[in-house]
Amino acid sequence: MFSLKEIRKTALISLWFVFLTFPIMVIKVDPIERIVRWRWDNALYVGLGIFFLRLFIEFLKEKNSIRQAAKTTEEKESLSKIHIIIANPKQRNILVGVLLCAASVFPFIFDTYQTNIMITALMYVVLGLGLNIVVGMAGLLDLGFVAFYAVGAYSYALLNYHFGLGFWAVLPIGGGLAAMAGILLGFPVLRLRGDYLAIVTLGFGEIIRLVLENWNEFSMGPSGISNIPRPGLFGLEMSLNGSILYLYYMMILFMIFTIFVVNRLQDSRLGRAWIALREDEIACQAMGIDKRKTKLVAFSLGAFWAGIVGVIFAAKTTFINPASFTFLESAIILSIVVLGGMGSIVGVIIGAFILILLPEYLRAFSEYRMLAFGAILVAMMVFRPQGLFSTIRRTYTFEKDK
Amino acid sequence: MDYFIELLFSGLTRGSIYALIALGYTMVYGIIGLINFAHGEIYMIGAFTSFIVATVLSIYGFPLLAIVVIAGVAAAIWSSAYGYTIEKIAYKPLRHAPRLSPLISAIGMSIFLQNYVLLAQTSDFLPFPELIPDFDFMEPVAHIVGSSDLVILITTTIVMLILTFVIKFTRIGKAMRATAQDRTMAMLVGINVNNIISATFIIGSALAAIGGLLIASHIGQINFYIGFIAGIKAFTAAVLGGIGSIPGAVLGSLILGLTESFATGYVSSDYEDVFAFSLLVLILIFKPSGLLGKAETQKV
Repeated sequence: MFSLKEIRKTALISLWFVFLTFPIMVIKVDPIERIVRWRWDNALYVGLGIFFLRLFIEFLKEKNSIRQAAKTTEEKESLSKIHIIIANPKQRNILVGVLLCAASVFPFIFDTYQTNIMITALMYVVLGLGLNIVVGMAGLLDLGFVAFYAVGAYSYALLNYHFGLGFWAVLPIGGGLAAMAGILLGFPVLRLRGDYLAIVTLGFGEIIRLVLENWNEFSMGPSGISNIPRPGLFGLEMSLNGSILYLYYMMILFMIFTIFVVNRLQDSRLGRAWIALREDEIACQAMGIDKRKTKLVAFSLGAFWAGIVGVIFAAKTTFINPASFTFLESAIILSIVVLGGMGSIVGVIIGAFILILLPEYLRAFSEYRMLAFGAILVAMMVFRPQGLFSTIRRTYTFEKDK
Repeated sequence: MDYFIELLFSGLTRGSIYALIALGYTMVYGIIGLINFAHGEIYMIGAFTSFIVATVLSIYGFPLLAIVVIAGVAAAIWSSAYGYTIEKIAYKPLRHAPRLSPLISAIGMSIFLQNYVLLAQTSDFLPFPELIPDFDFMEPVAHIVGSSDLVILITTTIVMLILTFVIKFTRIGKAMRATAQDRTMAMLVGINVNNIISATFIIGSALAAIGGLLIASHIGQINFYIGFIAGIKAFTAAVLGGIGSIPGAVLGSLILGLTESFATGYVSSDYEDVFAFSLLVLILIFKPSGLLGKAETQKV
């Protein structure tokens, strides 16, 4: 299957990685006790791991190229199964119905712990869909998305603390404040090109976090705000389990609402303007699209969802501090969008479930979570830039009159 | 007055460390137009490698000078190796991809490397061995300028001079400048562009490793997260000076170092990082081409 030359090359590459990882993987020093530990077994694992990984990648590449060669005759692009189902309204309705049933009985089959994890996953679905507007549709790489999430969470915590406002009153306010923050950030950075924009948003995210951490009088600093009330239902007293159940159904409804809105947006005039903007700014302006307005709307709409999820997050955990809003959080949301496929709604939903639920259930590997996120970002860009479930571009075929 | 001079020197020291890292950003950007987000992690790996090597050697009782030299060389070698490998894995396959793809890949690489060091080593702050002794002749001014400040300033100056020489007069430096100006044309006159890009990554990484060694022994502790903040700040410096321009990176770094030093000295030390980020946001908004950079015109 593999030629000798190929295997020799693979062996050399794995030797290179053994050398590369030698100081950090093999040697471990304790500077206080002054002990050196040599972990030679790690070198072996790295060598073997890289050897088989590369063989596997080469194998996949070969298989792919054979398939590509076979496919040249038929022009049609292969669509994943999900797309075929969605394209067919009857099958789609069945799928949605099954999923809805599964979602509504979920808390009764599984315990509170599982329901809680599910709520988190649903929150990330909405966050991912929000970021998808900015990154996937409008093509503006936003690395400070977590800042808007923080604005939402802190607006609930602070408004509740100072003025005693309830969850439902703050929900739109939090979203609105985050959207305003989005516009405030959007205005000055409109002129910037893609990669500069990414860095400025990253800087903005960090500034918000650092201010929250240091401005003790305003945000109570690193110790955070605790005793944030859970969402209420017409003043009904609820047990802990009851409120989790309530939050779960609220989140399901909210996710459906988000999917509905984003889906409608995608095919709207605005959504098509975003996609045009992503593909070619100059051509897009030449077609008479107001670049400023379109970009600002993308920023503020994305931020709006983040703000609302921020409010829900504060209500769910009843405690927030700046440590929840680091750059890594932005990176996780970005991984969701990239893994699922930028611009693809189905992809983002599945991506969020994969990235949030998998580490929860593979507890043994949970410390490798962030390592995997980093690797996913690189691997997706190199091997499958369109994501797991890429969007289908709307195409119109010209049919001749018979 | 003493306080002012103290702040001035600490600013220059900071600035020259930023410059060592910023040069890597600016050189890579100049040649392939990519913000190498993982560059801060290269610096962190340099600091970690020198930490490991220096501690091992000091446990086995090597003399101080040998420790400094071996740790420095080891840090430079391994950082360059990482820089080279990262380019091959994460950036080379994406050379013709849309602009954002390599940036996302670089962010992924940065997260990966951080967690790799976190898992393979530790998440605690580790005490870095004192590699720069307190010189006797510095005794009278020690309360204003530390010995390590002096060593850092001298070392970075020497490194900068060598780098300038390499870029201005050697074959590889000329090839680098040619590639930066026009990659296709450079290929046509027989420059192996892939090798030049690799060389740029190697040189930039080695510089970052030296910076890592110097700052770690100056501050006295390291952990896996130091690369993120240092990377962003060095990037700020590179943008301030005009990304792609080598003298610009040095100038920008010195300005950033001095600003930070004076701002933390006279205003407030709580917001140390906020100053740098705000400066970054302000420059990018008002003068994205930087102090010494060329404004880019977009062709259709």
